[in-house]
Amino acid sequence: MAPAAIELKGINKSFGAVHANRDIHIEIPKGTIHGIIGENGAGKSTLMSILYGFYQADSGEIFVDSKKTEIKTPNDAIAAGIGMVHQHFMLVENFTVLENIILGAEGSQLLNAGIARARAELHRLEKDYGLEVDPDAVIEELAVGLQQRVEILKALYRGAEILILDEPTGVLTPAEADHLFRILRMLKDEGKTVVLITHKLREIMAVTDNVSVMRQGTIVATRKTAETTVEELAELMVGRRVLLHVEKGEPKPAEVKLSVKNLTVKDSRGVTMVSDVSFDVRAGEIVGIAGVAGNGQSELLETIAGIRKAISGSVLLDGRPIDVTGAADPGELRDRGLAHVPEDRHHVGLVLPFEENENAMLGYHDDAKFLNGPFLNIEAIRADAREKIQKYDIRPADCRLKTANFSGGNQQKIVLAREMEHDPGVLIVGQPTRGVDVGAIEFIHKQLIAMRDGGKAVLLVSVELDEIRSLSDRILVMFDGRVVGERGPDATEGELGLLMAGVEAREAAE
Amino acid sequence: MDTLVQLLDATVRVSVPLLLACLAGLYSERSGVFDIGLEGKMLAGAFAGAAAAAAFGSAWIGLSAAILVAVFLALVHGFASITHRGNQIVSGVAINFIAAGSTIILGQAWFRQGGRTPSLAGDARFQTIDLPGAAAVSDVPVLGPIYSDIISGHSILVYFAFFMVPFTWWALFRTRFGLRLRAVGENPAAVDTAGISVTWLRYRAVIITGILTGVAGAYLSVAQNAGFVKDMTAGKGFIALAALIFAKWKPVPAMFACLLFGFLEASSIRFQGMDWPLVGRVPVQLINALPFVLTVILLAGFIGRAIPPKAGGVAYVKER
Repeated sequence: MAPAAIELKGINKSFGAVHANRDIHIEIPKGTIHGIIGENGAGKSTLMSILYGFYQADSGEIFVDSKKTEIKTPNDAIAAGIGMVHQHFMLVENFTVLENIILGAEGSQLLNAGIARARAELHRLEKDYGLEVDPDAVIEELAVGLQQRVEILKALYRGAEILILDEPTGVLTPAEADHLFRILRMLKDEGKTVVLITHKLREIMAVTDNVSVMRQGTIVATRKTAETTVEELAELMVGRRVLLHVEKGEPKPAEVKLSVKNLTVKDSRGVTMVSDVSFDVRAGEIVGIAGVAGNGQSELLETIAGIRKAISGSVLLDGRPIDVTGAADPGELRDRGLAHVPEDRHHVGLVLPFEENENAMLGYHDDAKFLNGPFLNIEAIRADAREKIQKYDIRPADCRLKTANFSGGNQQKIVLAREMEHDPGVLIVGQPTRGVDVGAIEFIHKQLIAMRDGGKAVLLVSVELDEIRSLSDRILVMFDGRVVGERGPDATEGELGLLMAGVEAREAAE
Repeated sequence: MDTLVQLLDATVRVSVPLLLACLAGLYSERSGVFDIGLEGKMLAGAFAGAAAAAAFGSAWIGLSAAILVAVFLALVHGFASITHRGNQIVSGVAINFIAAGSTIILGQAWFRQGGRTPSLAGDARFQTIDLPGAAAVSDVPVLGPIYSDIISGHSILVYFAFFMVPFTWWALFRTRFGLRLRAVGENPAAVDTAGISVTWLRYRAVIITGILTGVAGAYLSVAQNAGFVKDMTAGKGFIALAALIFAKWKPVPAMFACLLFGFLEASSIRFQGMDWPLVGRVPVQLINALPFVLTVILLAGFIGRAIPPKAGGVAYVKER
């Protein structure tokens, strides 16, 4: 085995009562791609932040190239040859690529010399690794994939020998992700060491040499990727057997519940986000909308839910129109049997400082069962919340706890329970499992299938292609505001990926 | 012609405190620290400047005292909003109140002239400087008066203020400090991960703000006027903030915005009590209100969207 590029010994880190990292030992051989996989909150990001000097470990030692290294600040990490590509890009959006790359590594008090040097160096990196990007482009005008490339270039410009990537593919199309993996392999061939943090098993299998699995702050196993399976890793992550494939029967589509006709929506800047979109959703089926984030899915969902105005077009719910171009009222839509699980549960779906029981009925607070004359019936509300906690296995099972104190998965279950238990005819769901751990994903998927089998119409928007493919009975792909294709659930990932990237179906067939 | 020259000359004079305060705000806000306390720092600086100049008989000592006091208040703002992540608006408002109250109380306690400081004369005040050849060219048509009356004949602080415009541009866009300053106002996390201290960078910006507001205050009480009068800043700090937004946080447009507001103020003084054709005499109050009315109109409709530094007003907390 190659000598270790990084060795961590006995790392411990606590935030208050939370023991985020517990006696971590890990050895990452030089010139390999090492995956670190685990559920949200397993401690992956904390561990990498310690390695990059963002936090300091309470105890433990870090060895870089077999030398004990004190990493107290990002500066120490950079000096030790460690670079990091953060999940949320650390870029100044109205700066050019060059300005972002030299920030913190300008070289001298005046900028001109540093910029000239960076331009030459960038040119070299571009040639060596195929990392092309216009050095004078302004970041906010670049596609997300290119922004990520700038982050990688930033690290390489600082002479990084060890590159840490934190959930790098969340914002990429499958094609962009493949390109990223090619770049990572190229970096590996050049002798660099890559650490890839992810919760996507598929990526681990596709690109890593070794993989460490984290669960509840500890490393539970390290395997050679070639000698393990997706099923084994999933079981290690969750600590029990997980059903990766959603089991579902044949759909029994019945009458049309939701009908969207020629819908066009513009955002606040006047940019067309949804352009002439038409489709139907029938009772007893799940229609999935696939697409890279930002191609109009969010706006489509919000318009149907009555919280965003359309420019033109119509939406029919049970054959009766929703006034989408005028004053559609989300409350009225709820009464008509349309339930909405919003994409952003923190800002739209929940009021985080409220108690769980308050969120569990928010929006339905005018229902007779929650009222006692003009007042809220607190007892009834809490009893109802306890019932939902039981049924949806929400943990901790305390309806008086502040909602902010629940994990992402449990928060999502609170929203789902609220919307599903109201027995809607139509359920529209955005990103049901974003930031949700594997165990909860399994549960949420089962619930959605149960809704379908109960004869409800479900419209699902997700950027997770796997999720769309395993749940949907029909898949619509959105690109640049338009529906560019419809496929069955048996469509291959490559086929959908091309559609998502805007390549026309005809070309895809060739 | 004479009226116009006098009006433009006055415009330069009244624009200077606006310009200094506006550039002061530019450094702070570009670094992500909103500063509504420009007014208070200017007022405290004006008082300290006049008091020290009166006590020591030196305008330069007055200027130093003004800068010292304004920097101290700027550090208070920094301590509250950078180190302790307090609300930047509340801290700024508090500084305005402290300055407004304490200058009157201290002025009365020390000088017993109803909140005024003793009248300054001679070396205790910044004198006007005649640029070389000003007298010689004054008879040349058009260009002569422009040079000898509008450009020449101001105190050193006026030239300092206008020198600070290109200097600020250069510092912001051509130096390492400027790059980092602009970055920390947009995305402090990017600066932090690049291994640069967000705190120290913001403190430096706030100190520069203190220095410039101190100079602005000293200009008011030791150069433009011959002593301190209570509330002598009269909202200039707020007009400077408006000019900063109007100029979209850029130094050269900031100068033009301040000149525009200065021109309005100069005209309001100039045209007080004048009879206008058709409308007759316009009430003084209306003319005095004109700069403020125009500010509102300009800000509301004519400048398009002014996008402030993205991280402005928000204390930097490392995310968990």
